[in-house]
Amino acid sequence: MTTPINTPILRAAGVAKQVALNGAPLTILHPASFAIQRGESVAIVGASGSGKSTLLGLLAGLDLPSQGEVWLDGQALGQLDEDGRARLRGALIGFVFQSFQLLPMLTALENVMLPLELNGAADARTRAQHWLERVGLAERQRHRAQQLSGGEQQRVAIARAFAVKPALLLADEPTGNLDAETGARVIELLFELNREQGATLVLVTHDEALAARCGRRLQLRAGHLESGA
Amino acid sequence: MNIVRLALRMLAREWRAGELRVLALAVLIAVAGLASVNAFTVRMHLALSQESNRLLGADLVLVSDHAPAAGLIAEAQRRGLATAQTALFPSMVSTPQDSRLAEIKAVSNGYPLRGTLRIANAAFGADHRADGIPSHGSVWLEARLANELQLAPGASIQVGYSQLKVTAILTNEPDRGGDFFNLAPRLLMNQADLPATGLTQPGSRAGYRLLIAGESKALEAYRNWLAQHLERGQRVLSVRDARPEIRNVLDKAERYLGLAVLLAAMLAAVAILLSARHFLRRHLDACALLRCFGASQRNIVTLYALQIAVLGVLAALAGVALGYAGQMVLAELLGKLANLALPPANGLPFLQAALAGLVLLTGFSLPTLFALRRTPALRILRRDGVAFDALGAASYLAGLVALTALLFWQVRDTRLTLMVLSGMGATLLVTVLLAWLLVLGAGWLGARSRGSWRQGLLNLRRRAGGSVIQVSAFTLGMLALLLLTVVRGDLLNNWRATLPADAPNRFVINIQPDQVVPLQTFFRSHGLAGATLYPMIRGRLAAINGHAVNAAAYADQQTQRLLEREFNLSYADRLTQDNNLIAGNGWNSTNAAPQFSVEQGIAEKLHLKLGDSLRFDVGGTPVSARITSLRKVNWDSFRVNFFVVANSGLLQNIPASYITSFYLPARQAGVLNEMVKAYPNLTVIDVSAIMKTVQDMLDRVTAAVQFVFIFSLASGLVVLYAALAATRDERALETALWRVLGARRGQLWVAQITEFAALGLLAGLLAAAGASAIGWALSSEVFNLPYHFNPMLWLVAMGLGSAGVALAGVAGLWGISREAPLATLRAAA
Repeated sequence: MTTPINTPILRAAGVAKQVALNGAPLTILHPASFAIQRGESVAIVGASGSGKSTLLGLLAGLDLPSQGEVWLDGQALGQLDEDGRARLRGALIGFVFQSFQLLPMLTALENVMLPLELNGAADARTRAQHWLERVGLAERQRHRAQQLSGGEQQRVAIARAFAVKPALLLADEPTGNLDAETGARVIELLFELNREQGATLVLVTHDEALAARCGRRLQLRAGHLESGA
Repeated sequence: MNIVRLALRMLAREWRAGELRVLALAVLIAVAGLASVNAFTVRMHLALSQESNRLLGADLVLVSDHAPAAGLIAEAQRRGLATAQTALFPSMVSTPQDSRLAEIKAVSNGYPLRGTLRIANAAFGADHRADGIPSHGSVWLEARLANELQLAPGASIQVGYSQLKVTAILTNEPDRGGDFFNLAPRLLMNQADLPATGLTQPGSRAGYRLLIAGESKALEAYRNWLAQHLERGQRVLSVRDARPEIRNVLDKAERYLGLAVLLAAMLAAVAILLSARHFLRRHLDACALLRCFGASQRNIVTLYALQIAVLGVLAALAGVALGYAGQMVLAELLGKLANLALPPANGLPFLQAALAGLVLLTGFSLPTLFALRRTPALRILRRDGVAFDALGAASYLAGLVALTALLFWQVRDTRLTLMVLSGMGATLLVTVLLAWLLVLGAGWLGARSRGSWRQGLLNLRRRAGGSVIQVSAFTLGMLALLLLTVVRGDLLNNWRATLPADAPNRFVINIQPDQVVPLQTFFRSHGLAGATLYPMIRGRLAAINGHAVNAAAYADQQTQRLLEREFNLSYADRLTQDNNLIAGNGWNSTNAAPQFSVEQGIAEKLHLKLGDSLRFDVGGTPVSARITSLRKVNWDSFRVNFFVVANSGLLQNIPASYITSFYLPARQAGVLNEMVKAYPNLTVIDVSAIMKTVQDMLDRVTAAVQFVFIFSLASGLVVLYAALAATRDERALETALWRVLGARRGQLWVAQITEFAALGLLAGLLAAAGASAIGWALSSEVFNLPYHFNPMLWLVAMGLGSAGVALAGVAGLWGISREAPLATLRAAA
């Protein structure tokens, strides 16, 4: 990547999202501008329906804004086609989802191998095994996703996210489906690995304690970015 | 990225997880069915042709009015083909006491090349297979001739200048057929004895045949070569040119097998379509995830296309293996059953079946792949409805085109393909419309009922789109099953009914007018009351509409020969049961005005229409009349029928002989002896051997078609399974939620059974309607058989439909109902 080191990993300029609901326009996200520097940890917080997941989707290039532009590692996402954005995601981003999103027919190991294989990594198996060890699931690697507990599934998802050595880790309510104790352990692991890998972490949460662990917070209220920009 | 390796790995994982098994099973059964059908059709066709060729005594016959040139024979032998020769001519044969006209056939070594000669040691005695032909200096006589001349094996007979020894009674010669009515009784002799008899001098009226048999390629090549070297007075016959009733059987057999293939292919397509859709539904999340991981649209298409391709090839290979085993089992079964040696199958039908399976798979999975490609990555964050339902009928055009092409390629009968396709298409259209109506009706009914019924019925409307798809799938599956079982049974029965077991097997000709009354008494006293005697007058067609008939003016050789011979004319006051009037007026017996009724086929050949006047030359007397009606004749019945029939007024004063046909049970064979002794001038023609051949063929074809339907049945079941699997996940989740909300197991079952039974009932109703319509169209339009309405079809379809779908649906949910609801809910999360 030839992007200068001082370029923000993410930059949003006047990013807004509107959808048509029964023919009338509904604004989910009002124009928002901010930048996230490399190595930062940022929490996007807000109540349900405040537009957090919409913003995360726009930052990851999973959707396009109705207006404004998002730059990921210096690349304007609006100027790339869907495949171009997918390539950029594959190269830069690791995801952790609220509902884990493991493929049910695959084993833990295969789930971690999948993005590596997709990127053509020759040592996919070794790396996946390494990361499963790191999240403490070496013994469970041959188990299918359905045979794992929620906390274990999220640990597999974390291993999968870090296995591709992402510059940016996006986490959408990573503890939303877990009990407090398990959630805490998962978050501990997430921050520890993130520090160790030096990745940028952007996480969406309505958990104040979790948000407090991040270096900065972006507060959303009814689609408006109120602070942290 | 090595996408091939990744695709293979993913395929292995999907397979292990059971995701692709239904799709693979559909392809496997389709290919196995098609391979069995194709290979078996090929083998059956070869066997049937060879069987039919026994009636020619060869695969190919060169008919000639002079002995075939040595060069023609040498060329056939050079090509590795077997040859034999026959010479046929009428001549008087005698004993010191008596003489008779005989139809003499001199045959060379090797005769017959196809089929066997059968002989007996005494007239009307038990017969056995003959070893070769009459040896040098000996002859075999037909029972009738032996009877008339009071000869038994061991006696001598004068043939021309030669004195030959009778060594056996000839009971069956494979190539005895053609025009029965000119036949004097047969005397079979060795060709080597022919010159010494002095009977075949230049100018004598003998017919020569060169029989040829062998491997089909060499045969075809020789046939082409022969076409260039035919001399005047020579023509080539194969079984299709020779015997119309055999040709009919072959044509019908091919159509039945074609129908079987057609249905197997359609079922396979439906199964593939359903399982591909199901596969798509289950992989939307995986695709969204892959998009998050950076996979391009092309990557996704390639990844899944490779998986499906590899799966398809593997399933096709397994299908070929199963198909090979299937047709071997069939050959074994049928070979023993019918004592029929099927020639070996070649690789082509298997290759074709595998390709066909892949074409179907491609046609019906491509739209699915393109829908997967469009999966938005955002789905991973927000479960928005995906382009799935936008995947409407239009995107399945590829599949429809593939299916139509495949059907046509398999059946090679545009009419049949279009009829079945349009029948299925119309049924589908009506199904979709009626299914919507039912869904509305069920909602209405559900809103007004109580308890678990209410939920079951309301569910139909809540899942409106899914319900319509399921009803349509069930209908197609059941329609095919009905066509395969009930309608097929009806069609086969109707077909066989056209040739009942007591169809006439003896013809008696040359009955003189003064013998009619005593012979009728004779028949009655021997329990043969059904034998009706018809007058028969021979006449040459002299003029049409006043213009002298010129045979050479007709392009068709068969028509030319027809005009060069004499017609068998008859007269009657009313038409017999085998005749259907298709144009003009029926007989009006009060109307004495001269009139002719002409058989449809011959009218077409001679370009005759109503109102044309015909003039026949009957023994020098001109007989003229207009054509007042055209008839369609059921020639399969083996009863006496005529091309041209006049009203009584026109012909009754012309001297006629009489003809009759009747069924003579084997145990009454002695009656013939008695009859021939009492009326030595009568000629009895035994067609039981020919009939037996025809009936054997019917039985073989029936058995073949039944076997083929096992595959169709299997793919029909896969269709039903796939249709059920399509909503299994949804129902599982729903069942779990109901239980969480406190539903008792009984309530769950009532609701589910109500919904499934309603689906099955409607599908059964629609399938019965479709099957009846298709059955009617097939019998009246394609097979020319009478159609009988079958009320059982409707009862069976609706009863089995509702019970079967309810049972299968409940069985599918059985495991889920026993699982802890939480496990189901977590798996669905």
